Amino acid sequence: MAEAGHQPGHAEEGETRRDFLAMVTLATGAVGAGAFVWPLVNSMNPSAEVLALASIEVDLANVPVGSAIKVFWRGKPVFIRHRTEKEIQEAVSVDVATLTDPQSDAERVQKPEWLIMVGVCTHLGCIPLGVGSSEPKGEFDGYFCPCHGSHYDSSGRIRKGPAPRNLDIPEYAFLSDTRVRVG
Amino acid sequence: MAGHGPAPEFKNPAVRWVDSRLPIFTFMVKEYGTFPMPKNLNYWWNFGAIAMIMLVVMIATGIILAMQYTPHVSHAFSSVERIMRDVNGGWLIRYIHMNGASMFFIAVYIHILRGLWFGSYKEPRELLWILGVVIFVLMMATAFMGYVLPWGQMSFWGATVITNLFSAFPIIGEPIVTWLWGGFAVDNPTLNRFFALHFLLPFVIFGVVILHVLALHITGSNNPDGIDVKGPQDTVPFHPYFTYKDMVGLGAFLIVYSIFVFYAPNFMGHPDNYIEANPLSTPAHIVPEWYFLPFYAILRAFTDDWWVMKLFLGWFMEAKLAGVLAMFGSLILLALLPWLDTSKVRSCKYRPVYKWFTVIFVLNFLVLGYVGQMPAEEPYVTVSQMATLYYFIHLLVITPLVGWFETPRPLPASIHAATLKGSAPVGAGAAAKMEKP
Repeated sequence: MAEAGHQPGHAEEGETRRDFLAMVTLATGAVGAGAFVWPLVNSMNPSAEVLALASIEVDLANVPVGSAIKVFWRGKPVFIRHRTEKEIQEAVSVDVATLTDPQSDAERVQKPEWLIMVGVCTHLGCIPLGVGSSEPKGEFDGYFCPCHGSHYDSSGRIRKGPAPRNLDIPEYAFLSDTRVRVG
Repeated sequence: MAGHGPAPEFKNPAVRWVDSRLPIFTFMVKEYGTFPMPKNLNYWWNFGAIAMIMLVVMIATGIILAMQYTPHVSHAFSSVERIMRDVNGGWLIRYIHMNGASMFFIAVYIHILRGLWFGSYKEPRELLWILGVVIFVLMMATAFMGYVLPWGQMSFWGATVITNLFSAFPIIGEPIVTWLWGGFAVDNPTLNRFFALHFLLPFVIFGVVILHVLALHITGSNNPDGIDVKGPQDTVPFHPYFTYKDMVGLGAFLIVYSIFVFYAPNFMGHPDNYIEANPLSTPAHIVPEWYFLPFYAILRAFTDDWWVMKLFLGWFMEAKLAGVLAMFGSLILLALLPWLDTSKVRSCKYRPVYKWFTVIFVLNFLVLGYVGQMPAEEPYVTVSQMATLYYFIHLLVITPLVGWFETPRPLPASIHAATLKGSAPVGAGAAAKMEKP
């Protein structure tokens, strides 16, 4: 082993080659460490059996006009409201430019009579009231979040209170007139 | 240890700012940068660092697995299967953890063997050695409880058998076992506490490893010639010499580890553990994990009809208790080795007699491991009894005696002199030539 100990001052060529080897070693080590850490991090993403439940089918035949239901989807409630003609008119007649999160009613529904939204307040994640017939619907005939007082209208748009955005619309598709797949 | 040199100067002002308030950079440079290492260390000295890396790997994968595992008798087995099938990369993480336990033990067994062969346990490193034995015992406890968690047949019956060891003690035995179980059999309370302890103990191990390394950095590393460092000519700095040497060894070790993980992940396990635990039916042949086998063989060696029992121990204890005491005793004696070995010479390189007894001791240990996995029938019972007897005779009789009557070979004047002699055939000049860019 090294009689001279750890001393620099070899020919310049040798130093460069050693530096290169050190850097290649370091880079290989970094790639190896990354390859080890990535599966650990990725394991915390949704697993296969969680993803398998990522879409649900809902039968709408038992939801009469003027009522609403909550269904459980991806760990959260989805509000499905069978809107009355009055509610549709209220939603359509609003001047979009005056809204906090400007969006027309048409952009928020596929069929005007069915309003399908994720029932999670966009403020801090509480569940707004307004699905049950006896629950308060807020000042705009839609939904009211009791946690911090956000009012949503009959299209689920934020009208008053601290929430920044309209209630989210999930991905969904009508399989027939009375059947919808959410997710 | 002498030769740390002056405190390092840092160019980066942020580093200087931190270092003058909390000298972590100075610490790192002193302990892992300029730290003087004997320059004759061989590849056997890789395994401490490798074991350390294995501990980190086990803790990292273990925490991730704990996020997915359910410690309940109704869900434990299926939650492990869920990890294997549904969790992203879960199979990989579990196989890394599962085989990691075995690889950790391989590294530690080699590390211990290194200590035995080169006399690393002798003065002034006795406490360092004892801390090592403590780590080894903690590892065994951790590994045992980890093996229970998948709640397969081997988990359940392993837990039953090992906890029942304590029932061998008179009077207090049964209450202790009931207390360990939290019931009248291994059941949900047992699984819950094993999970909690399996999570805790690695951090305890980590703490003892820190003490182990602190003690090591007081005395400095032993070396293949087992002689003290006498001056700077005997040492090289830790970095780059041993950072790189450790990396070479680690690379080779990780290749072997990867072969197991990717090509034979269940090679070191038992198929029976993929059958869910059934408290009403014991598998026909149960054995512990391979790293426990030698100690398991010692445990089983004690039977009522063995002449050792009949002549010496049978009058005041049952064979069951004798086996349990012998198993624990085999580990305690290991901790006492610094005082059992009466020779002043550390390395077996210079101990012509003890060298061969150490070889026999290691082979004997392998024999114990072999008979430990065989069924309790002849000839394995007799072999395990003879090997058990030899284990104790080696430590209690041969080791002290050989130290007295053995004439050691002359020790080299210094590590420096020994390294020059190591390349003797070409002459002293060869040593200088070896350092090529």
